[in-house]
Amino acid sequence: MKFAVIQFPGSNCDQDCIAAINGIAGLHAEYVWHKETSLRDFDAIVLPGGFAYGDYLRCGAIARFSPIMRAVVSDARAGKLVLGTCNGFQILCEAGLLPGALVRNRSLRFVCEMVTTRVEVANSPFMHGCSEGTLLRLPIAHGEGCFFADPETLRQLNRDRQVILRYSDRQGRIVPEANPNGSIENIAGICNHERNVFGLMPHPDRASDARLGSADGAKIFRSMMETINANRAEAGSGPAKQVA
Amino acid sequence: MTLSTPKDFAGPDNFGVLDPAVTPKLVAEHGLTPEEFERIKKILGREPNFTELGIFSVMWSEHCSYKNSRRELKKLPTTGPNILVKAGEENAGVVDIGDGWAIAFKIESHNHPSAIEPFQGAATGVGGIIRDIFTMGARPEFCLNSLRFGPIVGQVCNLPANKDRKLKTCTTIVTNRRLFTGVVSGIAHYGNCIGIPTIGGEIYFDESFEGNPLVNVFCLGVLRYEQLARGAAKGIGNPVFYVGAETGRDGLAGATFASRELTEESREDRPAVQVGDPFKEKLLLEACLELLARDAVAGIQDMGAAGLTCSTCETASRGGSGIEIDLAKVPKREPGMTPYEILLSESQERMLIIAKRGQESVVREIFDKWDVPCAEIGRVTDDGMMRVRNNGTIAAEIPAKPLTEEAPLYEREAKPPVATRLWRVSGGRPTRLWPQNLPKIDNHQALRQLLRDPTIASKNWVYHQYDHSVRTGTIVKPGSDAAVFFVRYANKILAATTDCNSLYCALDPREGGKAAVAEAARNLTCSGAKPLAVTDNLNFGNPYKPQNFWQLREAVEGIAEACRAFGTPVTGGNVSLYNESPAGVVDPTPTIAMVGLIDNERHITTQWFKNDGDAIILAGEIGDDLGGSQFLKVCHGRKEGPPPHVDLAHEIKIQNAVRDLIREGLVKSAHDCSEGGLAVALAECCFNPEKLFGIDVDLDGSHSPAGRQEETCRRHVATVLFNESQSRIVISTAPANLEKTMSILRERDVPFQQLGKVGGDELQIRANRETFRWPIGDLYDDWWNSIRRALENDSSAERIPSL
Repeated sequence: MKFAVIQFPGSNCDQDCIAAINGIAGLHAEYVWHKETSLRDFDAIVLPGGFAYGDYLRCGAIARFSPIMRAVVSDARAGKLVLGTCNGFQILCEAGLLPGALVRNRSLRFVCEMVTTRVEVANSPFMHGCSEGTLLRLPIAHGEGCFFADPETLRQLNRDRQVILRYSDRQGRIVPEANPNGSIENIAGICNHERNVFGLMPHPDRASDARLGSADGAKIFRSMMETINANRAEAGSGPAKQVA
Repeated sequence: MTLSTPKDFAGPDNFGVLDPAVTPKLVAEHGLTPEEFERIKKILGREPNFTELGIFSVMWSEHCSYKNSRRELKKLPTTGPNILVKAGEENAGVVDIGDGWAIAFKIESHNHPSAIEPFQGAATGVGGIIRDIFTMGARPEFCLNSLRFGPIVGQVCNLPANKDRKLKTCTTIVTNRRLFTGVVSGIAHYGNCIGIPTIGGEIYFDESFEGNPLVNVFCLGVLRYEQLARGAAKGIGNPVFYVGAETGRDGLAGATFASRELTEESREDRPAVQVGDPFKEKLLLEACLELLARDAVAGIQDMGAAGLTCSTCETASRGGSGIEIDLAKVPKREPGMTPYEILLSESQERMLIIAKRGQESVVREIFDKWDVPCAEIGRVTDDGMMRVRNNGTIAAEIPAKPLTEEAPLYEREAKPPVATRLWRVSGGRPTRLWPQNLPKIDNHQALRQLLRDPTIASKNWVYHQYDHSVRTGTIVKPGSDAAVFFVRYANKILAATTDCNSLYCALDPREGGKAAVAEAARNLTCSGAKPLAVTDNLNFGNPYKPQNFWQLREAVEGIAEACRAFGTPVTGGNVSLYNESPAGVVDPTPTIAMVGLIDNERHITTQWFKNDGDAIILAGEIGDDLGGSQFLKVCHGRKEGPPPHVDLAHEIKIQNAVRDLIREGLVKSAHDCSEGGLAVALAECCFNPEKLFGIDVDLDGSHSPAGRQEETCRRHVATVLFNESQSRIVISTAPANLEKTMSILRERDVPFQQLGKVGGDELQIRANRETFRWPIGDLYDDWWNSIRRALENDSSAERIPSL
């Protein structure tokens, strides 16, 4: 199964994503340069972290105009799985594939640390390996990871169970002390209404090797693989062009 | 614009701006002595023009030529079985780590720019050292930094050594904080964006660094042997490419600026500080590495200090060739730049590439892919000249080899300060400091005071702003003795640390230099690594002052002796002199960055206790060297020596024993005793990021064979708790392994003492028949939140894990 890892100028977690995905049996990841225009050969798309275009103007604001983004948007609309981590999440928001926005951390400082997140929704293509309430240890590293959405959007996100991960303490409590960046309602990751586009600020790519402190991130990639396999089986074999 | 002068006046450039005449005054303004000017005339066989004067000025500055320090640097050991590229040969030294893999690493200072403009000064320091590494064909894997600032907490202390500085006004504290936070943000800005983790380092605060902070940045990269790239212009007729950012007027003659003292007027030198763009450097980095993998490059050199000037003449000199470039073809940020400005600009994110003839299209294709400017600006020639054309005219023409290699070398006068001469009586054995004569203070409070001291306190406020997890290799994160990094594609585990106790060096530079090397090696040993090699950053004052030069010489000799003993050659580094502000000279700081190799993942060890019930052992002796200690400085306001001495043979014996215990799988944690002594080291061992531990220890030796007890009890209690004697490592071991551990130490003839065990929620220490108890949560809060409180407000504190 082939995952595309998009390389924007300034992406710096592209190699980490490739290493993490290729570390999972059954998965194979390849770089796709941002000047490319098609993602036809890939089963899923990953937008890695980093500082695409130096984060100039606004995080993700320029990257969304990269040629490859047309393909990302159209494939996402067609139902392909799209994962955006950190800067990738910011780009997905800028591209309108996910609601809300990511603004400066409340501390106004970059923050790099290991955090605990709680799985809020089990039945998503990205987390179905985890039951609701599962705690995942994932590293964060961002200056602009404070998720914000207007009250109406927030209501919708909650109503349609699109909030997939929230920052929690080690006991799984969603408390202000566990919020590393001031995100509204401790939101760490959300999916779109169709549930095939998932953005999160934490780095699953940096949590795919227990030696680095956690291997919880690998669960996300594995879930994606299982979803695609299940969809394929349902569609009655053949190449997986779409996932519903 | 004032460029309306008619064309008839055209000098060497096309814009009609006449170059000033070369007068003795102008020569002096360029930091060149009359003798040096004579030498220039001899090399050229004529008077230099203004542009050439500028070229000589930067190339013969201390920053580029090491003219005052080179003779001393020659004393450092530079060879070893693992050394692939020696110090001084290239931009960075290269060391073999086996299986076809090598590492390139180097440390460099950006002190002066950071003093004037902390954010950009520090940021471009990071950018510069990263370029030095990928110039070698290595992929940069991680950075460390070693920083020194004036105090950031407002306690007023009258240090006898600094009588003229007396009371600190609020403004100095505020300035120090501004410099500190600015430098930290600058490092974070550049390192985080380019995606190279900053995984460790050290930070000290001391009055001597007021107005002249030290910002030393280290970078390490990994490469295959066959990828090694050279900075030589080889192959007559090969095309010379300029790649990277356009040249602007920033950082004009920064190397010259860095080679003089900081004064009140230095603020006006802000144009000498460059402005960095980590995004551009990321593109440049990827494009260069992609190109180097294509066998299209004959030589490559970054444009750092002295920019285009240094890169062209150095590559020509190394290649034994000449080089000819045309400034009209150089990509420029603004019109109207003179040859002088183009050649001396230190605009960032630029490289010079000597391509193989016929491979021009490969170069263009790759830089086009990454949208990085790229221009063919000249050729390699065979006449040994660095020839700079500007359209039709010749702007400069200088023999390359003499320019780079015939800078004058000086041996400056060296004279020890009076105080040191006093300690050195009686055959070098220092006179003792009598702790009994110190005013009585509360030792219970003293430990808390030490843990709150920003030099000792946790640096989490800083390292949480650095991305230390990108590139997914950081196994031991910042906070332990040494950072440990796993290079996945090479399957190698590296450990790295930077160390220097500036106070020891101020009191006795030779011993301080030795101690810096010993501590760096000890930190690596504690993490389970075998030390490999060293890069050093020598931060000293104006070398024309005999006392400063004496410090430099002594420190270098101390470092040389220790590096020989440890078998860790110096692979290069950086010399930063003129570290003086109107307030005085900095404490001499020969920063040692040391890299080691860990053979097996199972040997990776951290400093924190792991389980209740584990036995705590001190490898080494309790010691009694209170001189130069943080205890004297922080609790008594005295910067007094003599500092502790390292017995290198003894040190190596202890380190080898501890490393072998680690390899045997007997050690759960290992931590070296440094600033703040044994009491601080024990407290730090308790601060496991996953869970706080308590301990119950007895320093009077009740756990050890009788005999020692008597001796310890006669000691001064603060000396027992806080002395900074060298060669001490606190280890913990499972109770089941205790006997085996002790018998190995005995076999090795290593002095040791069983101190007690892990457990409870207090730090309980019995010393000199007195029992001290501190709730571990209080100590942790002091240590963890001290810097945050100093910078934000008194009530700011971060949650404490597992309490």
